[in-house]
Amino acid sequence: MPAPFAAIVDFTPATALAGGLLIGLAALLLLAGIGRIAGISGMVHGLVAGEGGGWRLSFLLGLVAGAGLYVTLWPADLPARQGFPTLMVVVAGLLVGLGTRLGSGCTSGHGVCGIGRLSPRSLAATAVFMATGVIAAVVLRHGLGIGP
Amino acid sequence: MKTHAIALAAGVLFGFGLALSHMADPNKVLAFLDILGGWDPSLTLVIGGALAVFMPGFAWLRRRPRPWIGDTFHLPARGAIDRRLLGGAALFGLGWGLAGYCPGPALAALTFNPREAVIFLLAMIAGGLLSRLPGLPSRQRRRRMYHR
Repeated sequence: MPAPFAAIVDFTPATALAGGLLIGLAALLLLAGIGRIAGISGMVHGLVAGEGGGWRLSFLLGLVAGAGLYVTLWPADLPARQGFPTLMVVVAGLLVGLGTRLGSGCTSGHGVCGIGRLSPRSLAATAVFMATGVIAAVVLRHGLGIGP
Repeated sequence: MKTHAIALAAGVLFGFGLALSHMADPNKVLAFLDILGGWDPSLTLVIGGALAVFMPGFAWLRRRPRPWIGDTFHLPARGAIDRRLLGGAALFGLGWGLAGYCPGPALAALTFNPREAVIFLLAMIAGGLLSRLPGLPSRQRRRRMYHR
């Protein structure tokens, strides 16, 4: 078994940092502008539960449009993944839906906004989902042999 | 109307940032979480970049009485770090690492990887509804208004 962090590959620091700054700016704009936390899972679950406030739908439509704008400008940059098992996508989706509902947040709500507010709950949640995310990805790739 | 414009603009920035940073690419996420393969540290800079904007921005916002639109900042209360939070975060992380999608990137992937994204999002919504099953830790009302 290889050592953790043995080889660094495909590192794209400039676009990662620039994209991250935009995400932070977006979260700040939403909070400064309308007083809302940019937690994507909470918005989706809130819409499904019929909670009021069309701002959720506006934000999520904007998110898809923003990604669509990038894909229109640079169509070859984000290729569709081929051959990944559909069953794994379904299992993953169920776990993400249940987990974010029970855990009150995901990468955006806990990982960015919660940590940005120094919320102890979000720090704890982020530590846990990072750890189980690493375990799942290692099992997926090295145990089940799925993915590059 | 202004509320929707701000939410939409924030969403566009957020979605563009997810695409630019390649956090919307599930293989990029898996290459970050799989620390035993060739490790791609890019996502540390995505989250780091987002925090570099949001954290000082939040510190500035705390001193303001209210957002531009609306009477109050809607922030989660500082609740307990309980079984529901940690268990939910653990399940979310497992799902994240099994396919490489969390909620925001799955929405962004609708624009370049629609088949996987639709399947994932439907499963995610179904998973969220599973949280209403009896026997799971119940939801506390923790949301409160925050004046400062």
